Amino acid sequence: MSIIIDTDAVTAALPERIKRFPFPYSSESYRYSANVEPSRKVVMTEAGEWGGRLLDIDEHYLSDVKERGEVLDRDPSRIQVLPHMRPAVWDAIATLLPAMAEENPDSMSFHREGNNCRWWNGLQDLEVEFTIGDDSSLQGGPLRFLGSQIQDDMVFLDQREDALWLDAGLVTFAADWSLGFDTGMKFHEIHGPVPRVLEEKIVSRAEQFLLRLQPGEQYRRTNWTLTIDRRLDTSTETYPNWAPERGTIADDPALPDRVHLRVEVQHLIRLPHSGAILFLVRTYLLSLADIARVPVWREIVGRVLAELPEDMAEYKGISRYRKAASDWLLAT
Amino acid sequence: MTATTLETTVHPAVAGGLLLEVTNVSIQTPSITSIMFRDPSGEPLPPYVPGSHLVVQYGTGANAYSLTGSGSAPFEYTISVLRVEGSAGGSLAMHELAVGDRVHVSRPRSAFAPAANAKHHLLIAAGIGITPVLSHARFAAEWGAAASLIYCYRPGEGAHVAEARELLGQGLTECHNRGSFQEVLTEKLTTQKLGTHLYVCGPAAFMDSVLEQARDLGWPKGLLHSEAFGAADLDEGQPFSVNLARSGIRLEVPAGVSLLETLEKAGKSIPNMCRKGICGECSLSVLRGAPQHRDLYLSDQEKAENTTMMCCVSRSLDEELELDL
Ligand code: FES
Repeated sequence: MSIIIDTDAVTAALPERIKRFPFPYSSESYRYSANVEPSRKVVMTEAGEWGGRLLDIDEHYLSDVKERGEVLDRDPSRIQVLPHMRPAVWDAIATLLPAMAEENPDSMSFHREGNNCRWWNGLQDLEVEFTIGDDSSLQGGPLRFLGSQIQDDMVFLDQREDALWLDAGLVTFAADWSLGFDTGMKFHEIHGPVPRVLEEKIVSRAEQFLLRLQPGEQYRRTNWTLTIDRRLDTSTETYPNWAPERGTIADDPALPDRVHLRVEVQHLIRLPHSGAILFLVRTYLLSLADIARVPVWREIVGRVLAELPEDMAEYKGISRYRKAASDWLLAT
Repeated sequence: MTATTLETTVHPAVAGGLLLEVTNVSIQTPSITSIMFRDPSGEPLPPYVPGSHLVVQYGTGANAYSLTGSGSAPFEYTISVLRVEGSAGGSLAMHELAVGDRVHVSRPRSAFAPAANAKHHLLIAAGIGITPVLSHARFAAEWGAAASLIYCYRPGEGAHVAEARELLGQGLTECHNRGSFQEVLTEKLTTQKLGTHLYVCGPAAFMDSVLEQARDLGWPKGLLHSEAFGAADLDEGQPFSVNLARSGIRLEVPAGVSLLETLEKAGKSIPNMCRKGICGECSLSVLRGAPQHRDLYLSDQEKAENTTMMCCVSRSLDEELELDL
């Protein structure tokens, strides 16, 4: 009984970033699975809850979208739109902005009449009018604009010949992959390098699931890795900036504050009008020091990292420091 | 749902859908009527993918009809229905709908989507088959995509002809008999630019013939799309029996009655949506026996594996099937 009271006292005092963190593990070991569930389903955690919204806006909102803008200024290849995906991008705007306004009625609103739209975003002190289908009506183009309003990365898949093709996207916060490289590829090809995933038929099943999603349906799943520092942009393009630290972090006394659990909440949406599949990838980073403030999380993350098979650790790029991380978490 | 609704039981195929009001009924031709539905409170309706269909409940039955709009931010859904005398009753019931009636409909389902990367959309329709391709033509016009239409109809029986002319202009070819249609078809099938996708909708024999000619002329399968408008007219099939392994019961499925209906009558509730072998909702696991697959949902490979079947349309090649139910 006293333990429960203690836990409540601890969680009550936790900051929002911990309370709302999408803790991704349901047991003390982790394997790939088709862990798909309906979107907007609230998940209770040891620290609080997450998942009630399609587009989560948190304390990092303004800094995240600012950072995205800077990445795009430096490297425009992080936006890709094959010409036939224009309707899908506009469909995403017509779907996501109203959803966001509905979830944040005090700070946002969306009005549409025919193809003329008005969008107000009080958090950015922004009011714009634009016309669906007219790319010049939004500065920087529709996809860049949409990327300036949400914290999520976006990947668009076209369905044809019974397969899915990555034909558009805006990805500035990728976990060690590259949109520019993958654009135009098949869903199957993109997942080629992930160990175990192809053998276990997870990609085929996921693809079958996606192929059968009906317009308007929304599901989600989580994925995770580790990242050093609260660094959102760990794409292949910036590899030299972040990868070398993976070799030295194990001996860094600041490891608990620097190593972050990186969780992606991925929404899988069949857009209602274009029929394209939209992946929203929202990245959350929480330091091990923060993780350790929730005793159950400390234990689970420690065990998951210790138990993870070597090929998966290698693929996630964490093999050189995962032991140091789990040792720290499991030492009480 | 309001208390004034006459239909108290919602058909499983429209469960989770919408309750709409008929706001307009217009005669297209002596045998084709267009019906427009809106949300009773004037709210916008869910957008839909061009070529989508709507399942509409009538009395105790439900039928699928193609939506004729482009699907962009709709405030109304419009379907056009051909009166088929002596049919199961759906088309006659649709023709009796009047302004102010309320009906249960499904959410729009996509089963005949345009290919986003097509360089040109070659649309081919016979009779009431115009409805889903009209939706494609509108979408193409809205996004500035290239489209042409061969529309084959009996004189005086051309639904939506005026709209087709306006949407497609020079891109529309109208045919009133087989000979002229065949001429135009051959010409179109042999002169398309690379990257043209073909979409055909109409009676089954018409579609088969168009698709066969296209394949014979070397069109790859990935460029050919068809909407099985007449899919409801599957033949009655042979009677067979099913053994439900988990429930330990055996049921007879008579000719002309689907496995899904038989299971429902026996008190089993099977998720289902289209009841036409398109949506994939009614999938069942087969433990023993070879189903006669008549659906459009499973891939050829999945059909060959004989481990799943769509119980709304598929039957049995063997005298008995054993199901995991
Ligand atoms: S109910 Fe749609 S495939 Fe059977």
